[in-house]
Amino acid sequence: MNPSVSPLGKDLVGLESLSREQILSILDTAEPFKEISERRIKKVPVLRGKTIVNLFFEASTRTRVSFEFAEKRLSADTVNISSSGSSVVKGETLVDTARNLEAMRIDMVVMRHGASGAARFLGERIPSNVINAGDGQHEHPTQGLLDLLTIRDHKGPIDGLKVCIVGDVLHSRVARSNIHGLMKLGAEVAVCGPPTLLPYEIAGLGVKVFTRVEEAIEWADVLNILRLQLERMQGGYVPSLREYNRIWGVTSARLKVAPREILILHPGPMNRGVEIDSDVADGPHSVILNQVTNGVAVRMAVLYLLAGGQPESAEAAKQGGDS
Amino acid sequence: MTEKNRIHVMDEADVRRAIGRMAREIVEKNGGTEALTLMGIHRRGVHISKLLREEIERAEGVSISSGSLDITLYRDDLMVIGPRPVIGETKLPPEGVDDRKIVIVDDVLYTGRTTRAALNELTDWGRPSRISLCVVVDRGGRELPIQPDIVGREVPVLRNQRVEVLVPELDDRLGVEIIHLESEEA
Repeated sequence: MNPSVSPLGKDLVGLESLSREQILSILDTAEPFKEISERRIKKVPVLRGKTIVNLFFEASTRTRVSFEFAEKRLSADTVNISSSGSSVVKGETLVDTARNLEAMRIDMVVMRHGASGAARFLGERIPSNVINAGDGQHEHPTQGLLDLLTIRDHKGPIDGLKVCIVGDVLHSRVARSNIHGLMKLGAEVAVCGPPTLLPYEIAGLGVKVFTRVEEAIEWADVLNILRLQLERMQGGYVPSLREYNRIWGVTSARLKVAPREILILHPGPMNRGVEIDSDVADGPHSVILNQVTNGVAVRMAVLYLLAGGQPESAEAAKQGGDS
Repeated sequence: MTEKNRIHVMDEADVRRAIGRMAREIVEKNGGTEALTLMGIHRRGVHISKLLREEIERAEGVSISSGSLDITLYRDDLMVIGPRPVIGETKLPPEGVDDRKIVIVDDVLYTGRTTRAALNELTDWGRPSRISLCVVVDRGGRELPIQPDIVGREVPVLRNQRVEVLVPELDDRLGVEIIHLESEEA
């Protein structure tokens, strides 16, 4: 009678391993969750009694707070652990940390970690649901999902849209999740940035490559502008911030000549005046704060769908978790 | 679905007569339309609520506040049956629920669990001065101490039968039918 939701499995590691139907099912589930955050009492009891650990081995404000709001608005009990001030700095391994948490009977782990593949590694070893909140240069699936939701809110169905990811694609897990998600939903995807910051053979993923930001602006319906990680300066990837802005920066002067209105996304935190100019970031086509609002709804949807329980896969993880 | 046959219980005229009477009962039992709010439970309750509202507005010549509830996130069996799509819109009336006389409107009253969830959701939002329950069909089979205040018709049926209230927006007609299910699904 009821249309069923596509199950996500035990963990959310990345968008690469999800089907188009699973991604759409998350986005559709996120829609009604938006409304809960607009209520005077922003809470529903659906995850009551669930214990969730937010395990952050890398600095994060937006993502951690967003997850925490999502968890609390679904009535879960949450604990935050960041690497500084935890046993991690005393040399404990990831699996030992997680097993100790398991021993306290938790239900889910939301983890950010500097190593690519850390989320899958952990998910295969503990029975709790694992949600990847960013692992190294691999994926940041909930960011990808909130970008998709925000684009869909403003441009309608993703199919056929031209989306260009601008900036440091090489080091960006946001870029990877975006590329997988967008392509599964039928968008045309391009990347644009200094050749030093584009992965080798990126075109193999089926994306267009622009080396001039003007070309990207002429082509795109949507620009997702990545943060230039300032520590890349030391790596010699770009000559200087000023030069980066002059060549790659998305400025209102460049957008003025665009043949159509371009939707502007940025995962934050922004370097104003480097990859994006203030008048673009605060301009009429910027949906950067909508992304933040949608982030809570998307994470509520992911938590809700995963919590539905896949006892057999959790059981399997428990059996096979001996390494 | 393993439907064997449909038994016709109420046709459009029957349902319209019941709605007319229920609308009058709502006004009577709430002492008029002052502070009255109708809250339909997704999905069919929302459409029934709209019919009741139109009826009350026509008879009383006033506009009635209304809203809708999707109780999916308040279910007590989510961890058993897995997540369901949350498709219904939950719409709080613009006046809120504090000090309102809320009438929960649903199509069929069975175990009472949906009503329990709706009561929790409403009381999470505020403190109504009164909450009453209005259903088109009471089919019996309660699992909680919940009883309706206003009923269209009592239709006692077996566990392997399902009562369907048909509404024009979803089923192209108004009516009540019983479906005999072969399996234990009920």
